[in-house]
Amino acid sequence: MTIREIALRNLMRRKAKAAFILAGLVIGVATVVAVIGFAETMAHDINTKLEKYGANILIVPRADNLTLSYGGMTLGGVSFDLQPIHEQDLPKIRTIKNAANIAAVGPIVLGAVKINAHPALLAGIDFESAHILKPWWRISGQQPADKELLVGAEAGRILGLSPGDIIKVDNFDLKVSGVLAPTGSQDDQLLFTPLKSAQEVLGRPGEISIVEVAALCHNCPVDAMVAQLSEKLPSAKVMAIQQVVKGRMETLAQFKKFSFGLSVVVVLVGGLVVLVTLMSSVKERTAEIGIFRAVGFRRSHVMRIIFIEAGVISLLAGFLGYLIGLGGIWSGLKLFGHGAVSALHIDPLLGAGAILMALMVGIAAGVYPAAIAARMDPNQALKTL
Amino acid sequence: MDFIVCDNLVKRYGKGPSAVHAINGISFSVQSGEFVAVMGESGSGKSTLLSVMGAMNSPSQGQYRVDDIDVYGLSSEQQADFRREYLGFVFQSFHLVPYLTVLENVMLPLTTVKKTKAEKRSMGMEALAWVGMAEKSARLPNEISGGEMERAAIARAIVNQPPILLADEPTGNLDSRNSRVVMDLMQRLNQSGVTVIMVTHSATCAQFAQRILNVQDGRLADGQVEHKQRVLAPQAA
Repeated sequence: MTIREIALRNLMRRKAKAAFILAGLVIGVATVVAVIGFAETMAHDINTKLEKYGANILIVPRADNLTLSYGGMTLGGVSFDLQPIHEQDLPKIRTIKNAANIAAVGPIVLGAVKINAHPALLAGIDFESAHILKPWWRISGQQPADKELLVGAEAGRILGLSPGDIIKVDNFDLKVSGVLAPTGSQDDQLLFTPLKSAQEVLGRPGEISIVEVAALCHNCPVDAMVAQLSEKLPSAKVMAIQQVVKGRMETLAQFKKFSFGLSVVVVLVGGLVVLVTLMSSVKERTAEIGIFRAVGFRRSHVMRIIFIEAGVISLLAGFLGYLIGLGGIWSGLKLFGHGAVSALHIDPLLGAGAILMALMVGIAAGVYPAAIAARMDPNQALKTL
Repeated sequence: MDFIVCDNLVKRYGKGPSAVHAINGISFSVQSGEFVAVMGESGSGKSTLLSVMGAMNSPSQGQYRVDDIDVYGLSSEQQADFRREYLGFVFQSFHLVPYLTVLENVMLPLTTVKKTKAEKRSMGMEALAWVGMAEKSARLPNEISGGEMERAAIARAIVNQPPILLADEPTGNLDSRNSRVVMDLMQRLNQSGVTVIMVTHSATCAQFAQRILNVQDGRLADGQVEHKQRVLAPQAA
């Protein structure tokens, strides 16, 4: 016989009481897991969706009279005090404190050109980063190489361009390698070519008109990143385009706070259920504890029996509560998540936290009953028989 | 040297004029290997005396020494160790744990002892065999008779081979045949060197003892009966 065996045997004997303690803790843990997990999953889902939206930080030249129409940039006017961004400034972006949160940096040079007497906007971009910054692009044909063009859907229609055409831009012959499927954005109006080609064609080597940065990811401190970028690029203006996101994230943050508050209350109630049930169990076992003490069990041995019982039930409750909580998240997402069920985010940390929390609540609630059991006078305890 | 010494033991419940003296200045000593019966009417204080001797009920006054150890000078945890190492208890109502088998009940005093499971099991079986209960080792207490429960309780009391056995009305709930069996076991234990202190109402059971202490109103009555020669075959208890 070991103390652990005595504790387990008692649990098996008092199944109803054990089940009651288990139910109290499981409800507490499941509620906590469900509300926190639901909030986490929603936040995760929003972030995942937002990441697909592409760039969320824009870096443009700082100038008081600059008017913009692409990403806030218009190229109709000339700004004499415009200080263009230079290509050699780009590596600085990757040196900010939160550089790890930068998913992509997309430098763009913009300039007006004439094609068959039609004015058009030529954009030189980095096609590698375009995969992250513009994930919605669908190209019919090939991605352009040097001195090749990707034509926006509307530009292609107006200019009558299709893959394989060769057009003259100033002194350069540019081949149309592909046409962009309609995006519903300004990209439909533009002609895209690799950055170097555009700089050469526009006669602006090393010059950048605008830089798009994709930085939104889970828990990205976008505001802090804007400040860090502004510090690194003092001659540029850095803007975050995340007002809507921020609003929604703030709502979620409020919900999270509410969930934590609710969790504390539920856990306290669960703890009380454990405390009351263990107290009644200890009272029922007065004589038995008297026997243990009479045959030489120390107070600490008696306490250990109660703690093992509380610990075993708590561990089981933590595990079951986590599983039921996951079910709760799934149901919550199905009912209120607007199709976010696929985003069900299983966080192992939440699982470990749930089990740890159940264990802590169970053990903490067991302290008083264990102390009462240990303090029991063996002589008085034996008289109860 | 006296093995057990009770020196002016007083146990008082309550305070002031309404205080009740369950035992009131009891002094006696017991030699190692002695068999002492404590007799008295209900409420005379004999069970309180036994609980004090069992290191379970701290006296209000006086000193209790066993093997030159001041038992109530020990801490609570040390008293638990003392009970485990020095004492075996046999109670009138058996006090078996209902959800443990007979063998597990017998092994209870060994739970906190540093021995292997196999050793504990072997000691438990040996004790059960000694009381003739080996074949009932896997039964639960509610599956055996009262006499068997008392024998199991004796096995539990002796499993860790304590030098002292304290028995509180060990035949109180038994018929005459089972009482005789239990008393025979007590006598055999005593013959093997265990000091036995037994509280009893039964004069027949008391005849097994070498000495009888009469308790009246919390005090030892005059005229302790000394049995110079053990009664080897008393009539049925």
